[in-house]
Amino acid sequence: MVKSGGSKTSRHLGWAWASPGLIFLTLFAAIPVLSMLFMSVLTAGRFGGVTTPLNFDNFSRATDPVFVKVIINSLLIASATAVLSLLIGFPTALFISRLSRKWQVILIVAIILPYWTNFLVRTYAWLVLLNNEGIINKFLRNIGLIDKPIEMLYTPAAVIVGMTYLYLPLMILPIYAALEKVDKNLTEAAFDLGSSAWKSLRTISIPLAMPGILIGFIFVFVPSLGNFVVPELLGGGKTVMIGNLVRDQFLKARDWPFGATFALILAVILVILISIQSYVSKKVTADA
Amino acid sequence: MATVRKFKFSATVVAAAALLLSACGGSSDSASSASVDTNVDITTQKLVISNWAGYYPEDLAAKVKEAIGVDITITNHATNEEVMGKLTASDDSGIDVAFVSGQYAQALAAGGKIVNFDKAAIPNLANLYPEVADLAYDKGTNYSAPYAWGTTGICYRSDLIDFTPDSWNDLLNPKDSVKGKTTMLSTERWLALPAMKLLGYSMNTTNADEIAKAKEQLVTTKPTLLAYDDTAFYTKLVSGEAVLTEAWDGWCNYGIAENPAIKFVIPKEGSDLWADTMVILSSSKNKEAAHAFINYILQPDVHAWVANNILYKVPNKAATETLDPALSTSYPNMGLTPAELLKGEVVVDLGTDSKLYTDLATSVTSS
Amino acid sequence: MHKRINLSAIVAVFVIIFLYLPITAVVGLSFNKSSNSLIWKGFSLDWYKSIWSNEPIMSSFQRTIFVAVVTTVLSLIIGTTISIGLNKMKAGGFLRTFSTAPAIVPDLVLAIGLLTTFSTISMSLSLTTVIISHTVFCTAFVVAVVLARIGLIDPSIEEASTDLGASAVKTLFKITIPQLMPSLIAGAVLSFTLSMDEFVIAFFTNGPETPTLPMIIYSMIRFGVTPEINVLGTLLLAISFVGVILAQRIGKVADSI
Repeated sequence: MVKSGGSKTSRHLGWAWASPGLIFLTLFAAIPVLSMLFMSVLTAGRFGGVTTPLNFDNFSRATDPVFVKVIINSLLIASATAVLSLLIGFPTALFISRLSRKWQVILIVAIILPYWTNFLVRTYAWLVLLNNEGIINKFLRNIGLIDKPIEMLYTPAAVIVGMTYLYLPLMILPIYAALEKVDKNLTEAAFDLGSSAWKSLRTISIPLAMPGILIGFIFVFVPSLGNFVVPELLGGGKTVMIGNLVRDQFLKARDWPFGATFALILAVILVILISIQSYVSKKVTADA
Repeated sequence: MATVRKFKFSATVVAAAALLLSACGGSSDSASSASVDTNVDITTQKLVISNWAGYYPEDLAAKVKEAIGVDITITNHATNEEVMGKLTASDDSGIDVAFVSGQYAQALAAGGKIVNFDKAAIPNLANLYPEVADLAYDKGTNYSAPYAWGTTGICYRSDLIDFTPDSWNDLLNPKDSVKGKTTMLSTERWLALPAMKLLGYSMNTTNADEIAKAKEQLVTTKPTLLAYDDTAFYTKLVSGEAVLTEAWDGWCNYGIAENPAIKFVIPKEGSDLWADTMVILSSSKNKEAAHAFINYILQPDVHAWVANNILYKVPNKAATETLDPALSTSYPNMGLTPAELLKGEVVVDLGTDSKLYTDLATSVTSS
Repeated sequence: MHKRINLSAIVAVFVIIFLYLPITAVVGLSFNKSSNSLIWKGFSLDWYKSIWSNEPIMSSFQRTIFVAVVTTVLSLIIGTTISIGLNKMKAGGFLRTFSTAPAIVPDLVLAIGLLTTFSTISMSLSLTTVIISHTVFCTAFVVAVVLARIGLIDPSIEEASTDLGASAVKTLFKITIPQLMPSLIAGAVLSFTLSMDEFVIAFFTNGPETPTLPMIIYSMIRFGVTPEINVLGTLLLAISFVGVILAQRIGKVADSI
């Protein structure tokens, strides 16, 4: 009988389990996405679509300073969003993982619930709350704290906060799932042995939660990078990100190959990030 | 890692094959002609129509069913670009009749996606203003039937500003009193419009120098703007967040309806003439019903009913003449005559040069 | 220990407030007499009355729930089988990346890619194509969440079970699944949520006669958010609240079996 993983029987079993799903993903994820990315070396059709002559112009066109600026700006904003989500998401996940099972479920639900209200509706609610004549500004003026409205909307900050709001559960859930498995006895033991709460956090909780943290980071970072709705609505169209570029090229300029070029850049960033995450994750799990 | 490369390679081959297959789906070079089979009983046909939400009377489907016996389902799109994306991505989008702005109809026709009308089946085309046949995006009204038309101007709160705007300069280089309270349209052709007109260029220009000068002006304007907004600018006017906005004339009416202090003006440097049109998809299997639908809309009483409902002008001479003059008092744009409208420059499709404007918009909005 | 809990508790409370502030605005505005969300004109139930007669909204709402439920079931099955398989074979980075990548591909790219694929295989667009498309990225999320946990599970319990003669199916249901339960629940909740809320992919892969709720809401955006949309939001919230209570009850029953 099988005693340790990694043996041939175990691998065959593994393939048996995973194959149907993997085939599904190949057919409906890999092939569509790859054919989309392949478009970046094709030529734009007259009004959309692609035609066959291969051409590599798009890559040099993408290095134009205008586009490079957008890419860098997107990376910065997506990083800020991910970092902010991590800063407030980790303590939240930590707190939840320490509660009784019943309260864990309640809080996780409380966090997910707002997301069952359409995100467009919720984003518009931020518009109502934050705009110069909106509830928050009116309130602050009424109580005399300020005399000119604070411009909160239509700024990069609004975009960052808006996306953090959207993607926060994607940071909290994986961290929670990983933390929940952390043996509470370990942290208790460390504490008993005299290490401060912060130290036990640093040496035990965080490393063990690392796979979750890394997943959470990516789950927030990459969609933020590719988002075009929030920069448009909360950024007032004044913050342009890669997602806007892809959308504009596909739908407005109808230059699919060029749009696919930016999609390709996004994909490359994604692959690099995931490889790093996977490597670090395996290493940390092995160490733990 | 060899497995990775191998996998990616074979996937790429499959992808390329799939792509070639779909590219070979074959679109002819220009709109084909539809010939309506008069023996078909159109009540057996159903139509899927794609239009902007709120851009048609709510009971349109019921009225159509009553009048010509055809079941229609209306699906919505928020922008021209969205519906274009759908129509061009697959051979049969399932849509029979689409409402798209003129320059997009032009592009669709060039790509063979829509048919030339069988004009015998749409006699009500005669109700249109004669000038419509000269509109540059579809001379001769071959493949697009105009549903509404209008122009772009400045929509503003007369009670919140101390001057009367009359120039694109008031928007592009705003006075201190309105800085931070202005918006511009974000769709690239209309983003460029004010700058082009202020500088005296055509809004359809593809001249690199002119575009560069327009870009310079627009980049200077950006820091003074509250936001780029295509959809909720009138809400901002009503709330007072914005006091001066670039707006399509009919849209301004939604604001006027809520606050009569809102007014609309066409700047003295001139503006555009846009038209939203009805087109029939080549892939449609219900072309007879589609023709009948368009013919129904162009009926004077029906088209007038539409105009009253959506508060946009309709290019239908017979219909416009029946409109209540009181309407133009409350909504001045409704009283614009075709002659006045035609002073505006017709927006045309720029084909492969469209990317010049997309790039312009990108560099301006990301500056 | 207490100090740390207090700090994280404060953050957690702040997060809850942060999450619910717009919700409160949405619920509050659903009672707004004015049709302009930025101006309050008084309390009114009018919009609640008018929404029931709004047939397009109601039927699209049903459709959206249907799609979300089917997507969740499919994603759980496919995602969990993939995760179990990958774990058994001690899969390397490539397969893991491959299985979680769809969650992160920009939705516009996935949307257009799927549309052209469906077109190539001549599959007509309908709720079925939307379900397939949603299942693609929801599966990836399930895999990500389950994989994070499955690697931490002690394999010796499973081996013991097989050694003692239990069939693979029994081991699956009695040992593996209970141990994975938090991840499965998280994955299910995530899938349902994402599918209900998803707009871009649905727009491109859906047939024109069966719009989903997000599609209808997005195209109504043209006129700013009307109170009807806020009513929808409030109702969605109420329904999901009920749904979750139900799920919890069912979970309790399942636990005791």
